[in-house]
Amino acid sequence: MTPWQATREGNRIILVGELLIDDATAIWRTLQRLTRAPGKHLDLDLGHASAIDGAVLSLLAALRAQLIARGTSCELVGARDELRPLVHLQGADAAPPPRPPPRTPPPGGIARIGAGIERMAHETRDLIGFFGELVASSWQVVRRPRTVNWRSVGGHIERAAADGIPIVVLLDFLVGFVIAIQTMYVLELYGAEVFIADMVGISVTRELIPLMTAIIMSGRSGAAFAAELGTMRIDQEIDALRTMGISPMPYLVMPRVLALTIAAPLLTLLGDVVAILGGALVAVHGMELTSEMYFNELRLAVLFSDVWTGLVKSVGFGLTIAFIGCQQGLATSGSAEGVGRRTTSAVVACLFAIVLLDTAFTVVFRVVLG
Amino acid sequence: MSGPVIATRDLAIGWSPSELLLEHASFQVERGEVFGILGRSAAGKSTLLRVLIGLESPIAGDLDVLGERPQATIASHKRPSFGVMYQHGALFGALTVGQNVGLPLEVWTDLPADAVRAIARAKLALVGLGDTVDQSPATLSGGMRKRAAIARALALEPPLLFLDEPCSGLDPVTSAEIDHLIATLAHAYGLTIVLVTHERSTIQTIVDRCIVLDRGERRIVAGGVPAELAQHPIPEVRAFFVPAGPLEGE
Repeated sequence: MTPWQATREGNRIILVGELLIDDATAIWRTLQRLTRAPGKHLDLDLGHASAIDGAVLSLLAALRAQLIARGTSCELVGARDELRPLVHLQGADAAPPPRPPPRTPPPGGIARIGAGIERMAHETRDLIGFFGELVASSWQVVRRPRTVNWRSVGGHIERAAADGIPIVVLLDFLVGFVIAIQTMYVLELYGAEVFIADMVGISVTRELIPLMTAIIMSGRSGAAFAAELGTMRIDQEIDALRTMGISPMPYLVMPRVLALTIAAPLLTLLGDVVAILGGALVAVHGMELTSEMYFNELRLAVLFSDVWTGLVKSVGFGLTIAFIGCQQGLATSGSAEGVGRRTTSAVVACLFAIVLLDTAFTVVFRVVLG
Repeated sequence: MSGPVIATRDLAIGWSPSELLLEHASFQVERGEVFGILGRSAAGKSTLLRVLIGLESPIAGDLDVLGERPQATIASHKRPSFGVMYQHGALFGALTVGQNVGLPLEVWTDLPADAVRAIARAKLALVGLGDTVDQSPATLSGGMRKRAAIARALALEPPLLFLDEPCSGLDPVTSAEIDHLIATLAHAYGLTIVLVTHERSTIQTIVDRCIVLDRGERRIVAGGVPAELAQHPIPEVRAFFVPAGPLEGE
């Protein structure tokens, strides 16, 4: 037998026994059933309730508000003296709150597209503003070099470059290896095996390794910068810096931008070397080529301009990743969720920007260098 | 259930047996009282609270909270028998304030969504935040977050409530409002409340009985009702119970 009962007698619902949260679901359903045809007046009688907790009282108050909204007058009656403070505290004996305004329907498809475009416009404006601030801060740095936290540059380079070496070596080696395997069958068909060095050498130095290294850096450093600065922002550390008269731009952003601008070409150069070695492994063990033949052909095929254009790209990528990571971090608001959202945005924006920038570099180099 | 709500015997807490914050801590919290854990910064108050709610294990000693060892309750993912309000509220930013309060009900009861919402709204109204149900926690002030966190801690109708620094960082008026709220809840619900604090106004207004921790001594240096402790021979203990102003020795 349940420790409680609810029965309706005319315009009165009599609640008996212990009305506690463990039975709240059953109590709620029973009361809903008993009030389907409430009539003009209906009282909730607590005279026989031996115990009642806040959760059940909340439900009684909600039921009373529902009934009043449906045109039925309703009161909680008969509560014993010791229950009255709780009934009063829960507002179950007060006038029910006014009905909340109807919820606005969720925006339609076109409105959502419009809101998305507006958000993108805001983001672009913020990005441009941030860039302007960075340029202005550069002038401040020239005038007052002490405003930059130079000591942190080394640490950032270490985290972005040195700590990233294992993953860059592994992935870039595999890039060279895969390109060689994908092209070896076609080259063998035409008896042009030696040109595998051309294929690997030119594609990795000009295009693939700068791009792959930048993608790795977006995931590691871009995300890290956004999360670090975002956390500092919500913990009010950025505000503290500002109130100490230290601009976060030279103090926090510049060292990171500088670090990634140095780290990116270093990692790219390392990636070029290991990718070429990955290609060499396939050429020597998968084809009838000697390592001497592979590297001789490589020397003839790969020009110095192939390498430096890749390195110039990587400088641009490093700068962009640091810039976007810092901008997203400093734009963080709210709580931990905001940090997560901005970190994700930073990585997505970095990847988007890298591909755009790569396209621009390729077109410019094609026009300038032929 | 008869007997004390919380009983500890020779409790030792800290980072390791060689880095203890507190040892030989024995005290009891009786049903329906507002019990204060006092001490200056870094005395181990919050760590003791984390042990009492089961987030950390004691290095040594016995601990009984509502007839159970809280560490075992946490480890077995059982329905909690007490509510906790964290120092900064610890509201989930991805949920609305109402969803934060309704979350324990969604997890631990099979109440339909409209009933959960009704209870959450009522709990928020109880702490004076009835109109914030659909707001994001990010829009709330520090005092409002603490109130919302109290509402969430009350969601499952626990008989015992732990409050970590309920008034820290608040202005005196808001602080007094929170003190009043705690006293009202304790009276109306018959709640047992354990609170960690170093706010003298809170101690003098709502605490029935308390213990005082001392980092240097690594033990409970005093315990009793505030009126008696105001006459304590140790000045650092006495300082908690004198009217607001600089602490003795500061």
